[in-house]
Amino acid sequence: MSSATVDEVVSKKYEFGFFTDIDADEAPPGLSEDIIRFISAKKKEPQWLLDYRLKAYRHWLTLEEPRWPKVDYPQIDYQDVIYYSAPKRPEDAPKSLDEVDPKLLETYEKLGIPLHERAALAGIAVDAVFDSVSVATTFKETLKEAGVIFCSFSEAVQDHPELVQKYLGSVVPHTDNFFAALNAAVFTDGSFCWIPAGVRCPMELSTYFRINAAKTGQFERTLIVAEEGAYVSYLEGCTAPQRDENQLHAAVVEIVCQKNAEVKYSTVQNWYPGDENGKGGIYNFVTKRGACRGDNAKISWTQVETGSAITWKYPSVILQGDNSVGEFYSVAVTSNMQQADTGTKMLHLGKNTSSTIVSKGISAMRGQQSYRGLVKVNKGAEGARNYTQCDSLLIGDRCGAHTFPYIEVKNPTAQIEHEASTSKVSEDQVFYLRQRGLSEEDAVSLIVNGFCKEVFRQLPMEFAVEAQALLAVSLEGAVG
Amino acid sequence: MLSIQNLHAEVDGQPILKGLTLEVKPGEVHAIMGPNGSGKSTLSNVLAGRDEYTVTQGSVTFRGEDLLDKAPEERAQAGVFLAFQYPVEIPGVGNSYFLKTAVNKKRAAEGKEELDAKGFLKLLKEKMALLEMDAKFKSRDLNVGFSGGEKKKNEVLQLTMLDPALAILDETDSGLDIDALRIVSKGVNSLRDKEHSFIVVTHYQRLLDHIEPDFVHVLKDGRIVKSGDKSLALELEAQGYAGIADAA
Repeated sequence: MSSATVDEVVSKKYEFGFFTDIDADEAPPGLSEDIIRFISAKKKEPQWLLDYRLKAYRHWLTLEEPRWPKVDYPQIDYQDVIYYSAPKRPEDAPKSLDEVDPKLLETYEKLGIPLHERAALAGIAVDAVFDSVSVATTFKETLKEAGVIFCSFSEAVQDHPELVQKYLGSVVPHTDNFFAALNAAVFTDGSFCWIPAGVRCPMELSTYFRINAAKTGQFERTLIVAEEGAYVSYLEGCTAPQRDENQLHAAVVEIVCQKNAEVKYSTVQNWYPGDENGKGGIYNFVTKRGACRGDNAKISWTQVETGSAITWKYPSVILQGDNSVGEFYSVAVTSNMQQADTGTKMLHLGKNTSSTIVSKGISAMRGQQSYRGLVKVNKGAEGARNYTQCDSLLIGDRCGAHTFPYIEVKNPTAQIEHEASTSKVSEDQVFYLRQRGLSEEDAVSLIVNGFCKEVFRQLPMEFAVEAQALLAVSLEGAVG
Repeated sequence: MLSIQNLHAEVDGQPILKGLTLEVKPGEVHAIMGPNGSGKSTLSNVLAGRDEYTVTQGSVTFRGEDLLDKAPEERAQAGVFLAFQYPVEIPGVGNSYFLKTAVNKKRAAEGKEELDAKGFLKLLKEKMALLEMDAKFKSRDLNVGFSGGEKKKNEVLQLTMLDPALAILDETDSGLDIDALRIVSKGVNSLRDKEHSFIVVTHYQRLLDHIEPDFVHVLKDGRIVKSGDKSLALELEAQGYAGIADAA
C-alpha cells in the first residue's frame, strides 16, 4: 500500500454504516483500517486503544514477514484471514460428546482428562455440563480478596484502562517484529493479570484460565504485571489438544516484573500439528517477553510444546534490574512433518544478572527442529552470568535437529557457559528396556521422559504428570 | 524348560550359529564357553529376541511354547532374563523407578497384583543388601556413570528383583575384580533352586568356581563341539580351546 492510500484511509472518517451489510458477528476476510475500527468498535474500546491498533497496523504495512527462521511453509495471504469473529453461540456448539470427533475423545482418554473437562475442551457449550460460572466466581472471590486482578483482556480494557494503557506494549512494542505488529493491530482477546505490591498470588492461575479463556482466538494478547515483591505462577494452556479452526496464530505475551517480584510462566502447547503428511495444522508465531524492571526480579519460562505445524517462538527475558534472574526451560517435540524454530533471548543489562537456559528438543518421524538462542551481555552488566544447556534427541533417521546459539558479550567480567549435545534414542537402549519387559512404546516414552526430566521438574506437579502423558501420545507411532 | 534344536542364525547375512542344540532342564546351570567369534553372544541375543539376529533354521521352545515367535518384552515377561555384557546407560531414568516399572510389568503379565511402593522398597532393600550395594544406587540414573563392576552388579540386582525362570548371563564376569565377582556370584546363587535355570556364558573358568555349573559346553564355529561336567572347564583352562577343538 502506498503512503498516499494510507493517508487516505487514515483520514477517512469512521463509518459505522460500513458494517451493516455483513454478519454482525464476523468481519469479512482481509485486513484494513476499517476492519481494525470494526474490531475496536465491537469491543467498545477507548480511543487510545484504537489509535494504538492503527499505529501498529500502519507500521506493520512497512514490515516484511521474517524469512530467517528455518521453517518452510507456503506464503500466507493476510488478506484471506478473518480477523474477527465473535465467540461461538452455544446453539452452534456440539450438544454432546456423541457429536465430537471420536479421535479427539480417544486422545482425551489417553491423557486421563476428567470427563467433565473433556466436554469443555471439545467445545461443547460448557454451561450445560460444567458450572463454569460458579467455579469462576469462587476463584474470582479468592483473588479479589488478595487484590489480584485476573480477567480477560477485554474486561481489563473496560475495567482497568489505566493499567492496560500503562503497560500495553511496554515490553513488546508494536514495532518489535512483523507478527507482534500484526497482533497489536488486530488482537481480539487474551488474559490480563495484575498482582499488587507485596502480594503472593494465592493460587496457580490455571483451572480458572482453562474455562475463562478457552476461546480467545488466534490473536491472543496477554499482559502480566507483578508489582514490587509480588509473586505469581501462571499456567497457560492445557495438555489436551485444542479444538481450533484457525490456522494462523500470532500471540503476544508481555510480563512486567518489578523489584523483588517473581513471575513463573508455564506453557503446555498442544495445538493441532497437522497429519503425518503435513496437511493442516496451526502456524504458531508467538512473541513472548518479560522484563525484570527492578532489582532482584525473577522471570521463569517453562514450556512443553508438542503441537502446531510451524512454531516460531522465543520467550525472552530483559534483565534490567541488578541481580535479576531469567530462566528458560523448554521441551519441544516435532514429529510427523512438524517444524519448529524456537529458543530464547536473555538480555543482560543490570549488574550481577544471571540467566539459565535448558532446552530439550525432540525430533521424530520427519520433524525438523532448530534451537535459536541469544545471550547478550551489555557493557554495564558487570558480573553477568549465563548457563546454557541445549540438548537434542533424535528418534529415527528422517528427522533433524539444528542449533543456532548467538552469544554477544560486551563486558569482560561476564561468565557464559554453553553446553550442547545431540543424541539418538538408540536401538540398544530400546532393546535393553524391552528385555526387561517394557513394550517398545513404553521404552521410548521412558527414555524421552528421562531426557526431559530437568524441564519437567520445573513444572507444577500436576502439570508435569500431564506433560509426561502428552509426550507419550505425541510420540505414538514414532518408533518401529 | 528350554529346548534349542538345530538352531541356525545369522547377522547381516553372515551365518553365526550353525546347528546348535541344547536342552536345559529346571534347576540346571549350563556354562557355555568358547573362543571369540564362536557365537556365544549371538546365542544370548537370539534367545532374548534382538532384531538384528535372524534365525534361519531350527526351533527354540521355552516352557512348551515357541520362544522365537514372541517379542522381546513377551519373552521377558514369560521369564527369560538376559544379563547384558554391556548394559546401556539411560539418562534421566531413575534406577529404582525403572526397576519398579519392570517388576510390575512382569507381575501384570503373570496376573499378579502390582507391588506397592512399600513392598517394592522392602524387596529392593533386601536385594541391595545381598549385593552389598550402596543405597545411592536407588536414586541414580540407570547405569549412568556406573563403573563396569557397578553395571554388572546392577544387572544382577535386576535379575534378583525380577526372579526369572531362565537367566542368561552374558560374560557377566568380564571387568569384575575378585570381590565383585564373589558378590555377583552370591546374587546369582541366591536364586538357585529346583525351579531356576541358568545359562552362563563366559570365557573364564574362575566364574565357575563361584557359580558351579551342572554342565559345561564348548561352542566353536556356531556349534556345541563338546559337553561335559565342570571338570571340562578345568581342562579348557589347562589346554585352551585349540586343544579341545582338535580332540573334537
